[in-house]
Amino acid sequence: MKVKYFAWVRERVGKAEETVEPPASVRTVDDLMAWLAKRGEAYAHAFETPRVIRAAIDHAHVKSDTVIAGAGEIAFFPPMTGG
Amino acid sequence: MPVPVTIRIQQADFDIAREIAALTAGRTDIGAVVSFSGICRGSEKGEIIAALTLEHYPGMAEAEILRHAETAMSRWPLTGLTVVHRVGRIIPGENIVLVLTASAHRQAAFQAAEFLMDYLKTNAPFWKREESAAGTSWVEAHDHDDAAAARWTKP
Repeated sequence: MKVKYFAWVRERVGKAEETVEPPASVRTVDDLMAWLAKRGEAYAHAFETPRVIRAAIDHAHVKSDTVIAGAGEIAFFPPMTGG
Repeated sequence: MPVPVTIRIQQADFDIAREIAALTAGRTDIGAVVSFSGICRGSEKGEIIAALTLEHYPGMAEAEILRHAETAMSRWPLTGLTVVHRVGRIIPGENIVLVLTASAHRQAAFQAAEFLMDYLKTNAPFWKREESAAGTSWVEAHDHDDAAAARWTKP
């Protein structure tokens, strides 16, 4: 699946997007954040406080306990500050 | 007749008068247009701001604004709606966002404009980074914006 990062999550990870293939045990958005956090120092820093990070699946906001099966694109970003 | 909805995300500035004219041209069913513009401030909590840089999530930003536009149209008898949100570097005094709501009567237009702005602030995937003498930093989300959006879900 494709993963996208925005704002300070993107800066901390050091890339805007990538394709990842997590194992089947990674079921939810929360699981995915925990799995990504183990990919290295930059990821650990980006996902050190997962409760503040928002997620979207295929362009729609989702809660962190949402199951990711079937997702084409998952995005992680801080709370929004537009307008 | 379907309600005309315009949603644009762009780097360029917008002309409010021209956007209103485009919304109302040839129409005789519009009795009220409410216009809200968000403008870049030159200071934040006493600190001078040199510029804001707005980042967005292409695709989702348009989709999210459209979802809220559809909600607004289901809640109020709107006859037209325009949302323009700028991205990129914006300096103090420049426009950031425009919301236009048209209706036969003012009340629906006022309420829908406020509803849309409250939801844009908290739900549309845009992020502001501030430039000041101290360097650059991401603007933090405000609890009062969440509270402003939440009041529309109360009965």
